[in-house]
Order: sequence, then C-alpha cells, then structure tokens
Amino acid sequence: MSALLIALLSFGAGAMGALAFANRGRAATICGAGGILIGCACGIIPALRVALGEPSQSIRMAWDVPYGSLFLELDPLSGFFLIPVFVLCALAAIYGTDYLEAYRGRKTLAAPWFFFNLLVASMVVVILSRNGVLFLMAWEVMALSSFFLVTFEDEKESTRQAGWVYLVASHIGTAFLLVLFILLGRASGSLDFDRFSASSGAGLLFVLALVGFGTKAGFIPLHVWLPEAHPAAPSHVSAVMSAVMIKTGIYGLVRVMMLLGAPQAWWGWVLCGIGLSSGVIGVLLALAQHDLKRLLAYHSVENIGIIALGLGVGTLGLCAGLPAVAVMGFAGALLHVLNHALFKGLLFLAAGNVVHSTHSREIDHLGGLLRRMPRTGAIFLIGAAAISGLPPLNGFISEFLIYLASFKGAVTLEGANSVPMLATIAGLALIGGLAAACFTKAFGIVFLGEPRSEHAEQAHEVGLAMVMPGAVLAGACILIGLLGASVVSAMAPLISEVTGLSAPIVRASLSTAAHSIALVSITGGALAGLATLFAIGRAIALSNRSVSTNLTWDCGYAEPSRRMQYTASSFAQPLTDTFDLMLQTRRHVIAPQGLFPKEASLATETPDPCQEYIYRPLFSAIGRDLLLLRPLQQGQVQLYILYIAVTLLLLLLWQLA
Amino acid sequence: MMLAPLIQGVINRTKAIAAGRVGQPLVQPYRDLIKLVRKGAVYSRTTTWVFRMGPVVGLAAMICAMALLPFGAFPALAPFAGDLVMVAYLLALARFFMVLAALDTGSSFEAMGASREVTFSALAEPAFFLGLAALARQTGTLSLTSMLGSVSIAMWMRAAPALGLSIAALGVVFLAENARIPVDDPTTHLELTMIHEVMVLDHSGPDFAMIQYAAALKMWLLGAVIIAIAVPWHSGNSLLEGGCAIAGMFALAVVVGIIESSMARLRMLRVTQLLIAAVVLSGLALALVQR
Repeated sequence: MSALLIALLSFGAGAMGALAFANRGRAATICGAGGILIGCACGIIPALRVALGEPSQSIRMAWDVPYGSLFLELDPLSGFFLIPVFVLCALAAIYGTDYLEAYRGRKTLAAPWFFFNLLVASMVVVILSRNGVLFLMAWEVMALSSFFLVTFEDEKESTRQAGWVYLVASHIGTAFLLVLFILLGRASGSLDFDRFSASSGAGLLFVLALVGFGTKAGFIPLHVWLPEAHPAAPSHVSAVMSAVMIKTGIYGLVRVMMLLGAPQAWWGWVLCGIGLSSGVIGVLLALAQHDLKRLLAYHSVENIGIIALGLGVGTLGLCAGLPAVAVMGFAGALLHVLNHALFKGLLFLAAGNVVHSTHSREIDHLGGLLRRMPRTGAIFLIGAAAISGLPPLNGFISEFLIYLASFKGAVTLEGANSVPMLATIAGLALIGGLAAACFTKAFGIVFLGEPRSEHAEQAHEVGLAMVMPGAVLAGACILIGLLGASVVSAMAPLISEVTGLSAPIVRASLSTAAHSIALVSITGGALAGLATLFAIGRAIALSNRSVSTNLTWDCGYAEPSRRMQYTASSFAQPLTDTFDLMLQTRRHVIAPQGLFPKEASLATETPDPCQEYIYRPLFSAIGRDLLLLRPLQQGQVQLYILYIAVTLLLLLLWQLA
Repeated sequence: MMLAPLIQGVINRTKAIAAGRVGQPLVQPYRDLIKLVRKGAVYSRTTTWVFRMGPVVGLAAMICAMALLPFGAFPALAPFAGDLVMVAYLLALARFFMVLAALDTGSSFEAMGASREVTFSALAEPAFFLGLAALARQTGTLSLTSMLGSVSIAMWMRAAPALGLSIAALGVVFLAENARIPVDDPTTHLELTMIHEVMVLDHSGPDFAMIQYAAALKMWLLGAVIIAIAVPWHSGNSLLEGGCAIAGMFALAVVVGIIESSMARLRMLRVTQLLIAAVVLSGLALALVQR
C-alpha cells in the first residue's frame, strides 16, 4: 500500500513540477513524464502481487468532509485494473515526450503534463477508493483532467465542441452515480463501501450503476462522447482514455455488482442485450467512418460490448448455478479489459504516428505507408490482428473464453435461458467478422497500396520514443496469446473475489479452460512455425529461378492512377449497404450529366444515429424550453437582489407554515 | 490432406459431363499444383512483405485447422473443448491475410474482391456458429471430434428436421466460403462479379500453388463437417468408416458440380439474402432442439 501512496505522491510531484517549470523549455516535460514513470514503476509491483493472490491491503483515515473518509483498499479486482493503468500510462508518457514536442513554442506544455499526471492519479484513486465521497471526487477530477487534455488543441472549433459533449455526458453520468451512492449509504448512514447494505431495491441500484458507469464505459446509447473526444485529444491521451479510462466504468459496474450481492437473472439479460447492441452497432459505425481515430473510438464501443457480453454470460451462469459458465464468462470479460487496453493503446499510438507524420486522419487520403513507416506499420498490423480476435494473439484468448462460456451455457441451460447464450455466440461471430472487415480496411487502405495524396507520399518514420511504446504493447499482445493458459490460471483469486465462488471451484473451472487455451496456443505456435517453414521453403525454391517485379496487373491497362485505387468507403460499401437500416448513411451525389460530363462527386457521411435521433432533438427541445426562463436574466444587480430577497421570504414563510 | 485437390477434380468432371464434354482428367488439380510449384514468380512493384505473408499464413492456418478436424472414425490430432471456435478463427486468420495481400497490390479489382470476401464471410460466420451450436446442443459436447463422432442414426431418427436444417445452413456456408456458384463463379477470371479468384490475380508460381492448395484444404475441411453429420453410420471398423466418409466427400463434390451446372451465380445483393437465410435456418434448427 505504501508503494501506491508513493506512486500517488510521485504523480502529484510530477504535476506540480510541470507547472513550476512551465517556462523552462524541456524541464516541464521531464518533470511531467518523470513523475508518471516513477509513479507507475512504484505502483505496478504491489498491483501485480495482489492481483495474483497476495492478501489485500487497506488504509483508512478520518477525513473532515461529511460522510467522507480516506479509505483505500487494494484487493485483487483493484490490482487487476491497476495493471493496465500503470503500463499504459507509463508508455503513453514516453510517447508524449516526443509527440508534444511538435507543439513547443505554440503552446505551453506544462498544462498537458499537469493534467496528465492528475488524470493518472485520479484513475488510481478511483480504483482504490472505498468511500463514496472520495470515489466521486476522484471520479470528477478524472473527468475534468481528461476534459482539459481533450481540449488541448482548443483553437479548433471541432475540438471545443468535442470537449463540450464530453463534459456534459460525463456529468450526466456522475449524476446517476451520486444518487446510487446516496441510496447505497442511506441504510447505514455511512458512505464507506464495507458498510453498504443493499437489501432492498438492488434492481434500481443496478440500473443506476449501469447508466452512470455505462456513460463512462461507452455502452450504446450512452457512447456519444467517445467518437467525439477520442479523435480530438492528442494521440497518447486518446490511447490512455480509450485503453484504461473508459475501463474505470467497467470497474465501477463490477464493483457495484459485487456490493449488491447475489445478482438477478435479468441483469444478465440486460448486460447481454447491451453488449450485443454496443458490439454490433459499434463495429458497424466503425466500418462507416473515414477518420482513422474516430474509427478506433467506435471500436472501443464494440469492445466494451464484448466485455458486457462476458459479464452478462457470467451473471447468468451465477444465477443458474453453473459455476463453469460464470467463471469463464467473468474471466473472459476481465481478460478482455486487459487485452483491449493493450491493443487499443497500441492502435491509438500507431494512429498517432500516422497523424504526426502525414497531418491527416482521413483514411482515404493515405495509403502506401508501410513502405514509408515500416515499424509503425508492423505494430499496427499486430494490433489490427489482435483486435479482430485472430489466433494466436491475445484478443482471441479472451473472446474464446466468452465463446466457451456461452457454448457451455447453451448446451446445459433449458428453454428461454439459453437464448442470451445463443445470441452471444451469434453476436460474437458477427462482431468478429465485421471487426476483421473493418481492420483489413483500416490497415489495407492506410498502409498498403500506393499513397493517395501528397501528405502520404512524403510520410516518414517517427522517432524511437514514439515507436517503442507500441512495440512493447505488441510484444505483450503476442505474449498473452502464447501464454494464455498461465494468464488464465493466474486469474483465479480475482475471479473468486468477483463471482463469490470458492477458490477450488474457480480453480477447477479455470483449469479446464486453461487446458483448451494451452492447445489453442500450441496450435498458434505450430501455425507460426509452419508459416515460417513455408516462407523459407519458398525462398529456397525461388532462389535459383526467375523472380521479377512488375506493375500490378490491371487487365492490361498499365497506367493506373493512384486515385483509381479502391477507397475505404468503397471497401466498406457492401456492408454499410447491407446494414443501412441501422447506419442511415447520407450520400451527397453530383451525378455526371450530359454527353461530356465535367464534374461529378460522391461524398458519404455516417453521423451517429443516437446523436442524430435521440440527443440532438432532446437537447434542442430542452434548450428551447429553457429559453422561457430567459426574461429572468436581465443583467441588473438590483433585480438579482430582489430574487434573493423573494426566495428568502418564501423560505421563511414555508418554515413558519 | 492428400486427397483434397481431388475434390476439385471431381467437381470439374461432373460439370464437364453435365455439359456433354469429356473434361479434364481427375488429377488435373495436382498437375496444376506441381507445375506452379516449379515456376518462378512475378511480384508487383507496389507490394510489400504483407503480400508475401498472405499465402504462407493462409496455408499454415488451413493445415492447423485440418489437425483439429476429425475424419471418419479418426479423431483430431488434439481435440479440446471449443476447438470449433479455433477452426472458425483459423479460417478467419487465413482470410484476413488473403484480403490484406489483395489490398497490398493497390489494384481496384482485387480490392473489390476483398471487399466482397469480408462482407460475405462476416455474414456466413454467425450461420456457421449457430449451425454448430445446434449440433453441440444435441450432442452435449463442445469439441468437434466428440460432436461429430456422436451423430448417429438414432439421433437422425429423433431429430431429423433439426439436423437437416443444420446441414442446409452449413451447406450455404460451404458454398459461400469456398467461392462456388451461386455465390461466386470460380471459372471466370476477369469479371467484375468475382470474389475469390480476383483477389489472387497478382499471385504467381509457388505463392499461387499455396493459395490453390489452401483453397482445396478449406473445401475439404468444411465439406468434412457436413459429411460427418450427413453420414452418421458407425460400423466400428475405422477403415470402413474412413472409406465411407471419403465416398461421402466425393458425393458432395458431385452435388456441388450439379449445382454449378444447373444454376447461375446470384446477384450480389441476393447473396447477402442467401447468407441471412442460412443464419435463419440454423436459428430454426436451434429452436427445434430447444424444445
């Protein structure tokens, strides 16, 4: 625990140092990044140890704030969620030292480093805190510091807009959490988590947690801030937000479900439903995007959906008394939290390299980057394969666990109870296929083929500080893929805590899963070996034959222009057309006219349907109604004093009556 | 694994006979493979190492998937609970790299094929999984070996409609994944309508041989799943059962040949509907076994 407190101090020192050296060139960067690196190095060891089964540690101190106490605890669940926080934030800090250099002179770098340290510290406190007031304060600091990071480039109109949407969405979510904690603490009169008792109204509390934490996690239809905020933020901040910050929503949901005691079956149904809709709609919207970072943001929605599916299957398993289903469902969901942190962090950092080097996020303006940025391309490919859930990488391991849990449930459960399991199987299969389509599009159009614009033509590889973090994450993706069995077995204490099942039962279920996963990894290893063998065989066979290079075969037409290549939009068009009912893609067509048409164009855009059909009408209606109150606002001090006097008078009368 | 290319030979011969021709010899696919392996190669200037990775990863993934598949009375090399998921995702891995190799050439033709490939496979995957889930539900097991091994005549007597629907759904997946009519026409090379053949336009020599052999293995793989359900006869004699399964595979090839001779390729939009129909069929199969 003391190591974690030192880590928090280090983040504080980093934040203050960055401010203190605001005008001293690189000193602010060194302080800011140094604070994060030292803090993460201190924190990771206790987090790992407790997650792997060492006894929990806690610290409790009195606090002057009403109902507040400084109550921190490190248990396996907290430890598990802290691991990706520390890993990702340290790597993002290294990345940021180089990435932010481009802004030196135009902007002060002290502010982003200050808020970055604050963000990391607040995430750690959110995950450790066991008191409602402390939790909500850290939650708020997390929202605000990330808001200031998102609006780093506040000279752009779109960035200010994105920050605004994020701020509003965060606070609507927090409002639900406020009610949740008040209700939880009402019975015992204390907001410490260990005194909470939720004997009555657990269903209402679950819904409050689902909405409040779901807003942060990005469940559809509460996800609207994600695709706005992630592209606007600097790339290392997008990586941290998408990889770990939205996971605090999942953490909160799991924590509250643990506090609420035995789950009810309809929670599982709801979670499966949310998971399915978030997964499928998330990946479909991702397919329709033209902006690389926006595409990745929608994939976060999709992966949060997969996590929700795992939680739902696990909950249903608990309710039906099937420990194997429960254990594998929760293990799959939680492992996917870690895996998504690794590959999504990687993808955002690699996308940041692309943006840094080409100054464009528009997929259709890029192309041929693999030749110009070979290292970035290679790590992006590993991330793309991992997020598509392909063996032998880590994404497959966690999806495999969820598949296994739902197949087990589908085989054993009777009647209607097996429906969510079957829906999960079909949903995961569809999501997997669509994700593969989306990432072949993203990688294929951005990195392969010929460059589609000047910017892409002149792209260059970025420096080591911006490649190394991604390479480390890619290594982790491969490692978890190959050592999946040991990772899954090591999750026993965590799963035992989350499901409330006894350790031997959990270990037994996990070991059957680990047996399958070991064979998955062996098959994956064999695959890599065979592929290498074939490649060597081909090289030997071709070594003494004629091997020539030529133009790409284009039906004898040897002057293809680069603009004649397929684009991302055309690649995704068959799928976006098939699912047009959900996407409502808009087309702006200028059709060719006359015998010698001069000008023709086609532009498509896919606005977020939730934004378009739910929130925009809702908020404009609220805005319109609030206009009625405008006459009250006259700008004269006397009038405001009158309002105060009238209010006091009314309160007095009410008190007397 | 050695017999896989023969299936294509049988399909071609069936089509030839149906068209009143003599047709190529049954071993022609082998001759093609041998010839390709002995040739040199031409690569496009646009391509990178991703293009060269496509065929090797594709073939390696197919061989690994074959190792997880039982055939006749012979179990898989390493059966485990959930290996059907692994098989499906190995096919997805092969497809992922094939599609990237196609995009690597920068050719609109190949990208068009790639785009259709990912579209149809994304829709075929739920059908495949639900079809196998219906089977898992009936047999109560989660590995392909025990699942396919426990389909028996008694089970057909009991749940013929569900099994029939599963076979129908898997049959559509078989045709779509292997790029056969009515989803794709394997005999045309430069039509705007093709899928698989257009993706491999720029591959040559040993690379193309690997792709062709991997395609043959894929057909064998998906065919073997169907045949294992459709030929539920367990004699106890493994040689006899193996022979029976091989005969079943050839019968399937003949059926594919007859389908190809008797109907045309569907319009692209219709293909989507066909695949969604396959999902519905496997859903129905599941509904039948739920009762």
